[in-house]
Amino acid sequence: MTQAPVNAIGLTKNDYRGAPSTLCAGCGHDSVASQIIAAAFELSLPPHTVIRMSGIGCSSKSAAYFLGRSHGFNSLHGRMPSVTTGAHLANHTLRPLAVSGDGDTASIGLGQFIHLLRRNVPIVYIVENNGVYGLTKGQFSATADEGQELKHAGVNHLPPIDVCAEAILAGCGFVARSFAGDAKQVRELIKAAFNFHGAAVIDVISPCVTFNNHDRSTKSYTYGKTHESPIHDISFIPHYEAVTIDYEPGEARDVQLHDGPVIRLRKLHRDHDPTNRMAALALLEEARAANEFVTGLIYLNERRPTLAETLGIGQTPIAALPEERLRPSREAFAAVMAELAGE
Amino acid sequence: MQSPQPIVNEFAITAATVNGSGSQTANMVLMRAIFQMGIPVSGKNLFPSNIQGEPTWYTLRVSQAGYTARPAETPILVAFNPRTAKEDLAQLPAGGICLYPADGPWQPQRADIIPLALPVRQILDQVGVSQRLRPYAANMVYVGALATLLGIEDTALTKAVQHQFRGKSSAVELNLAVIRAAQAWAANNPSPAHHRFRVTRMQATAGMMLIDGNTAAAIGAITGGVGVVAWYPITPSSSLIESLESYLPRLRPAGGGATCAIVQAEDEIAALGIVIGAGWAGARAMTATSGPGISLMTEFAGLGFFAEIPAVIWDVQRVGPSTGLPTRTAQSDLLSVYYLGHGDTRHVVLLPGTMEECYSDAQLAFDLAESLQTPVFVLSDLDLGMNIWMSRPFTYPEQPLQRGKVLSAEDLAKLTAYARFADVDGDGIGYRTLPGNPHPLAATLSRGTGHNERNVYSERPDDWQRNMARLWRKHETARRMVPRPVIDLHPQATVGLIGFGSTTPAIAEARDLLAAAGIAASSMRVRALPLGPEVTDFIARHQYCVVIEQNHDGQLRQLLQLHCPAYATRLASVAWCDGLPLTAPFVRDQVMAALEQMRDLALVMSK
Repeated sequence: MTQAPVNAIGLTKNDYRGAPSTLCAGCGHDSVASQIIAAAFELSLPPHTVIRMSGIGCSSKSAAYFLGRSHGFNSLHGRMPSVTTGAHLANHTLRPLAVSGDGDTASIGLGQFIHLLRRNVPIVYIVENNGVYGLTKGQFSATADEGQELKHAGVNHLPPIDVCAEAILAGCGFVARSFAGDAKQVRELIKAAFNFHGAAVIDVISPCVTFNNHDRSTKSYTYGKTHESPIHDISFIPHYEAVTIDYEPGEARDVQLHDGPVIRLRKLHRDHDPTNRMAALALLEEARAANEFVTGLIYLNERRPTLAETLGIGQTPIAALPEERLRPSREAFAAVMAELAGE
Repeated sequence: MQSPQPIVNEFAITAATVNGSGSQTANMVLMRAIFQMGIPVSGKNLFPSNIQGEPTWYTLRVSQAGYTARPAETPILVAFNPRTAKEDLAQLPAGGICLYPADGPWQPQRADIIPLALPVRQILDQVGVSQRLRPYAANMVYVGALATLLGIEDTALTKAVQHQFRGKSSAVELNLAVIRAAQAWAANNPSPAHHRFRVTRMQATAGMMLIDGNTAAAIGAITGGVGVVAWYPITPSSSLIESLESYLPRLRPAGGGATCAIVQAEDEIAALGIVIGAGWAGARAMTATSGPGISLMTEFAGLGFFAEIPAVIWDVQRVGPSTGLPTRTAQSDLLSVYYLGHGDTRHVVLLPGTMEECYSDAQLAFDLAESLQTPVFVLSDLDLGMNIWMSRPFTYPEQPLQRGKVLSAEDLAKLTAYARFADVDGDGIGYRTLPGNPHPLAATLSRGTGHNERNVYSERPDDWQRNMARLWRKHETARRMVPRPVIDLHPQATVGLIGFGSTTPAIAEARDLLAAAGIAASSMRVRALPLGPEVTDFIARHQYCVVIEQNHDGQLRQLLQLHCPAYATRLASVAWCDGLPLTAPFVRDQVMAALEQMRDLALVMSK
């Protein structure tokens, strides 16, 4: 019998799995879940340092299907960002990994999504985007493309909300788009996002096999496989020192993250500088105008402080502060009482 | 007019001014100066939902008997707002004094009162007040005039001005100069208003302080170990969080990092979401809001109840549904907060009625929330939260923080199995593990969906039923843990007065008025929901109970009738809500009318 491989902290991939999925067979969300498991295993993340956060919907249910040894909170529809913000303030040493959907993020939860990013809560925020409501059976979401057709809902005449553009405008420093059918890119982006110092959004087009996988859908497997246009070939390199440069100048670009690891972006058919905000927005706009399904790391800017840093929280999480730091000293208390009594 | 005996230390002043003119500062100087003289005072600020230019009234009550309810009438009127002066004057009882600016467009036209025109412009010219500061300094003219008329001691006045303008010596100087000039003018211009009402030194306020309930709550929360605060600005709760922000650096200096994170959220939904997330991750977290915010927090309140997450929510109540009367006081969120959420939710609700209780409930709420693993509400109101009350200084807590049942990795290492919601102790409360606990058994996925004892998703009817039964057991545990009602029994009384919160002073004073009218009454002040057995006992002892509260529908009476249905018909209701704090004569009259009706009813029923 062969032993299952273990990672740097002695855990097997199995230790990162969750409960069996109850989603439809072939659901894009299940492939995202398996890449979350693979990324966490490959990064050797101690499970107790991660918290799984979600709202409500098919995507949010999937929080139960990975990282079973991490605490988690399957909260309210569209309100996961606020719950995560609170958890971060209570214990900023925990790393939130969030799964959300297009309804949860772009419809009911758009406000909280934007404010979460504006505050720069260091979250890995995966939007499993299929343009349709699954659990309530086939209504349009706010990311459905113009002209999209659904069996019962008919034709969508409204423009889609672009989760990535919203994220960039809200001040998010790590914005990526991917496709559930592109397992390697999803995995590398998740690994990079985990090592990013700040909020990271990955908008993964994740087909709904039951309600929106038909021939005319722009969020189907067929469409994704035939139209995906990666900006670059992305790989995450955890230990930069150990890596040799194996590309010609101009062929690729290495972006170093603040703790040392590197994101290597191998150029494909276009030039894109992900550290340029205007270029990132222009890329999204050009792709929209040309009906292109562009994937990859769209925007990267690691300069903003996290919310805990902005608020000056120290090394010890607030949740772990001892009583003597959570209460005033008798002297400080007496001084305030004396002042109030007009002494 | 004859000069009758002066009325000493038992009267009230209403200052009618324009909001945004700094009149609140002038009123605080008057109040603090009289308080400095050892005389009990209380103040009620009636202000508009507006920034500048609308009418505002401040009623300052001076009471040697120690009564602090809003007075039914005020014999001294400061008519500094020509827009409302006519109506204000109509409220002045015969024999009252009306102070008004001599250079204004309005003069009082009543023969049965004492008018006194104050030469505001002349006094400001004399002191040389700049154009920019004149509207503000003008209010100090009535402070100075009243100081002479009432006989306020100079040292008390100076101290009050210094306290009010702490650290701003130029402001102290200017305001004192205006006050002195106005005092001198009043002394040199004898009037029948002179010493018609008087203050003389007492010893009744020694060691006491003046404070508002929002500040008391803020100090309580800081002392009670608050770690995360999320809020959205809304009157009348904003000053609770702003007080917390201003006292935090002094009470808990941030050496080694902030010990409390404060976030102004994008709305009240997010505010409670942040609090629930922080409570889940192990911090003491709170928010403060008012009725409209409570409405927005409903879904999270239900989640907190069902996912069993500690949270503290202050509802500083104001009047009405929707925007209602945002700057007026009410007790009308009692039912909605108790049952906030859908699907059989019920919450722990604390009902402070004094400044000390605002302070201590702020700490107790955290202890209860963490011990019971549930959201705890504290129901204050605009009257408690924003008006100034006398209080004994608060005492430093001697008990350690009650952090509830939390299992560490070491605790788990001693166990063979762990189930988040197993009722091991029979009190309905399970054992929590906090995120970050490294033990492999520790992790669970918290959720608002149906779950079994191990916190695993379940749609099984028996799991659902069992969980709801346990939550009810937990509510019974809460019933035993919350503060007992404050009961004052009169041995012969057949009448019991029941109330809660900010109506306490009006009910206490009304009880004395009823005694003077020959009606002996006991009193009970409910301190928390769920209601306990002492409440039933009190009602059982008294043939007639009158529930006095500041809402339209008699919400506390409804809860009492549900709590002890056997006595439902002996509970009469005095429910009144017009935005103003109740007065004692009003309560007395309403109680007498209610008793009259009940006695008639009793007569009919006995036939």
